Amino acid sequence: METGVTVLIGLFFMVAVYLMLSKQLVRILLGIAILGNAVNMLIFTNGRLTREIPPLIPAHLYTPETATANPLPQALVLTAIVISFSFFAFLLVLAFRAYQELGTDEVNKMRVAEPENDQTPPQGY
Amino acid sequence: MAGSSVSVDYADAMITTPIAAGDWLIVAPSLITMLGGALCLMLRKHTDLQPKLGITLLGALVLASFALLVRVLDHGVITMVMGNWLPPFGIAVTADALGATLTFIGSVVAFCAGLFGMKTVSNSGRRYGFYPFLLLLMTGVCGSFLTADIFNLYVWFEVLLISSYGLLILGNDRIQLDGAVKYGVLNLVGTNLFLIATGLLYGIFGTLNMADIAIKVAELENPASGTLATVAALYFLAFAMKAAAFPVNFWLPASYHTPNIVVSAVFAGLLTKVGVYALIRIFVLILPASLDYMADIFGLVAIVTLMTGALGALAQTEIRRLLGYLVIAGIGSMLAGVAVASNDKVATLAISGAIFYAVHSIIVMTALYMSAGIMNMMGGSYNLRKLGGLYQKSIAFAGVFLILAFAVSGLPPFSGFWPKIMLVDAAFKDERFWLGAAILVSGFLTTLAMGRIWIFAFWRGGPEGTPDGQSVEVSGSSQADLASGAIWLPLGILTALVVYFGIQPEWMIELSTQGASSVVDPLGYIRSVFGEQG
Repeated sequence: METGVTVLIGLFFMVAVYLMLSKQLVRILLGIAILGNAVNMLIFTNGRLTREIPPLIPAHLYTPETATANPLPQALVLTAIVISFSFFAFLLVLAFRAYQELGTDEVNKMRVAEPENDQTPPQGY
Repeated sequence: MAGSSVSVDYADAMITTPIAAGDWLIVAPSLITMLGGALCLMLRKHTDLQPKLGITLLGALVLASFALLVRVLDHGVITMVMGNWLPPFGIAVTADALGATLTFIGSVVAFCAGLFGMKTVSNSGRRYGFYPFLLLLMTGVCGSFLTADIFNLYVWFEVLLISSYGLLILGNDRIQLDGAVKYGVLNLVGTNLFLIATGLLYGIFGTLNMADIAIKVAELENPASGTLATVAALYFLAFAMKAAAFPVNFWLPASYHTPNIVVSAVFAGLLTKVGVYALIRIFVLILPASLDYMADIFGLVAIVTLMTGALGALAQTEIRRLLGYLVIAGIGSMLAGVAVASNDKVATLAISGAIFYAVHSIIVMTALYMSAGIMNMMGGSYNLRKLGGLYQKSIAFAGVFLILAFAVSGLPPFSGFWPKIMLVDAAFKDERFWLGAAILVSGFLTTLAMGRIWIFAFWRGGPEGTPDGQSVEVSGSSQADLASGAIWLPLGILTALVVYFGIQPEWMIELSTQGASSVVDPLGYIRSVFGEQG
């Protein structure tokens, strides 16, 4: 089962990298959203996939009787989902404001902070 | 339920001894800033109250982190485990000399920035949360320096990242939005790489506690195996991106000159150094075997970063962008220390050089951005072609700038000199002559770049076009602010530290050597996390 999910994660990374390499900011942001999901699935798979055995401990024991599903990656993924979701929301608003102000969403044309024909520093003393 | 009648021995799973009162200091820096940030946020409409509250809280942070540093020096490495669960199950927060030193210096810089922000941040900037964001930024920075859990480190990185977004776009100018897009996207990709590496590391070892991972890596038969090499490469790329090392440095000069000058000052001081700190922590403490075969890559990246920073600085007309490149050059010096640390004989010397350099760079870069802000207030521009005649306006400020210029170039008798000696010495002892030479050449080129600012902004009679020997009265952007102590006091504190660490370097050398030995020889760190029997 891990193998199948791993291939899926690979596809997610492929799509994410492809989108992030484009010039349009919107496509880059979509790439980042997919990248976040790929990373979450990767963490989840790294905790090993165990189906249908919840990590419950019987009342008379200290430890579970058999190997159970690993709950820790779920906690990690939950944290990562919240973080990546809020960052994505912020970046979407930022990209929209940048589009309003700069009039373009093509990253090569966003040259306000680093103008193309910049002055050289004074040479003679 | 039968559960209530079963007697449970809690000592199997939990720490039952009470925590020493002084150990609570470990969580104090994060706690003060997090709660204080929330308080400031609730009072954000009281713009006259904001600076008082913010600066008081940052002052408390300085005191708490100094007390923590003193306690670490007295008692050695100290650990506190969240929820009292036995490690590696509870999240451990560990303060060693490395983390405590950087927390203290970072707090001092944040305090100075809080003071400086009193005049440079407008009322609307206060209403949109300059002080809350600054406090929350410090939560992330201090948390990163003190955590002993690698996933927790990721969370603190995100805390500092989201606060830095807030600070970066404060004011909402066109240029800020442009800079923030590049900063935001590239840094988010960087933390995602960090998360990928952490996920894979968890898959290999099944633990996230740094001390636990260090033990398990040391027990491996073949530490250079494929999966671990992937993890090491990903960590290197992720933290190099955070630190703005050469091939992934482009976000820094694109964004650091766009926000309010005090925000630039804090960013230049703190953010990239957190990346360097993480590199030291991961590669020297956790993955020393990976550092052995990656040392040449580290060295190469260090050399190119040093050159990119210095040459980039020489090519700039805008003072803030010039300083941004100098931040990058400093990162190169620290990376050189990490590269040399692969040689066990000089590891302590190299890492203590890197730590001292980080301390020096935090202080001096913040002070330099602050003086750039003062130059703008006096001369009305950040552009070297439009500046001039500042020496006549204030001889004292010219003197302060000259001290900082000497320090950042690594000239004696100021704070940049000693760490550079340690780093070059370590590089030569490791027979990495090119690395040592690169540090020296980069220092020389930095001297040229700083000398250019000195000649054009201070010594020249007026802006470009002023005839030789004549002087023009220049007018600045905000003359009234220049009379305020809130501008001069923070710059004075930072410059005094630069001079003090230059003339009396013993204390800082001692601190950084202790910090270095706690990562080079992790036994004390591991014992602190797992208790004496570990």
